[in-house]
Amino acid sequence: MALTYVKIASATVGAGGASSIDFNTIPTTYDDLVIKLSLRSTDSAETAINLRFNGSAGSAYNWRSLAGNGASASSGNASSVTEIFGGRMPSSSYTASTFSNNEVYIPNYRSSTNKSVSIDSVNENNSSTALMVMVAGLRAVTDAITSINFSAPSGNFAQHSTAVLYGISRT
Amino acid sequence: MSKTYDPIASTTLTSNQTDVEFTNISQNFTDLILVKWGLQNAGTNMVMQVGNNTYDTGSNYSGTQVFGNGSSALSDRFANDTRWFVNFSNSNTNAITSICQIMNYSNTTTNKTMIVRNSDGSFYASAYVFLWRSTSAINRIRMTIGSSGLLSGSTFTLYGIKAE
Repeated sequence: MALTYVKIASATVGAGGASSIDFNTIPTTYDDLVIKLSLRSTDSAETAINLRFNGSAGSAYNWRSLAGNGASASSGNASSVTEIFGGRMPSSSYTASTFSNNEVYIPNYRSSTNKSVSIDSVNENNSSTALMVMVAGLRAVTDAITSINFSAPSGNFAQHSTAVLYGISRT
Repeated sequence: MSKTYDPIASTTLTSNQTDVEFTNISQNFTDLILVKWGLQNAGTNMVMQVGNNTYDTGSNYSGTQVFGNGSSALSDRFANDTRWFVNFSNSNTNAITSICQIMNYSNTTTNKTMIVRNSDGSFYASAYVFLWRSTSAINRIRMTIGSSGLLSGSTFTLYGIKAE
């Protein structure tokens, strides 16, 4: 019987942090991709995560988000921008030793169509504002995804942040 | 190596269709995951019916949704309907990803619950919780958009997850 959720690669951020987490040379042997991340920022204020494909910072990304922070719900959007909003992570001012829980699902990453991305991102802080974010992302480029890049608008990913890339096969 | 998402069946549409079905679903798993990706006719809802040997067409379906369209966060619900309204498409040019999780689908002791995450990067993100008021095991699932609204190239994959 076929196996699914096959681990392709993983990354763990060491001392000093990392400005990005990259998965390159993604095999073409799967149908869907899933990335599971546990992240924290070294910046005292920044919590956003940026997601790009194939090293491209061209303005071909669109996204819609739905978020709740424990007090209110909100929705955001962007069109023709240089990255997909990949969810949130705790900043360095959040409760210590607390990391986000994020999942990025990319169906049909090898297809010759625009790429749809589903992102779930949660943080619980026990004190200040926490966030649950759902993001619907779109990369309006038809080439297959061969690399994935996570970064932050400012600051780095803190030590002990992790990311694991899985491939899913339909058969 | 342990198995996780066990592929049960998959179909890729080679033409526009009204229905996609998964029948004779193995009862050997604990949960089901159905991943739908692809284009739909603009202005359409994809609906779903489930059943045991025959589809339930009675008023036994309900759901609650939280929805964000980029400017507003909304919540709505429906009750006592003859099907689940799984997603909505406002364009036939952007693929929608719908990830559906049906927990404990094969038991005969509880009503059935499904969680769906919908993603349309040019329109909305949503999450839905659905209830089928039947304790019957589910061994068939049908997704429908009338007038051949499920467009060619769309993929539908059913996985089983076993708790062991």
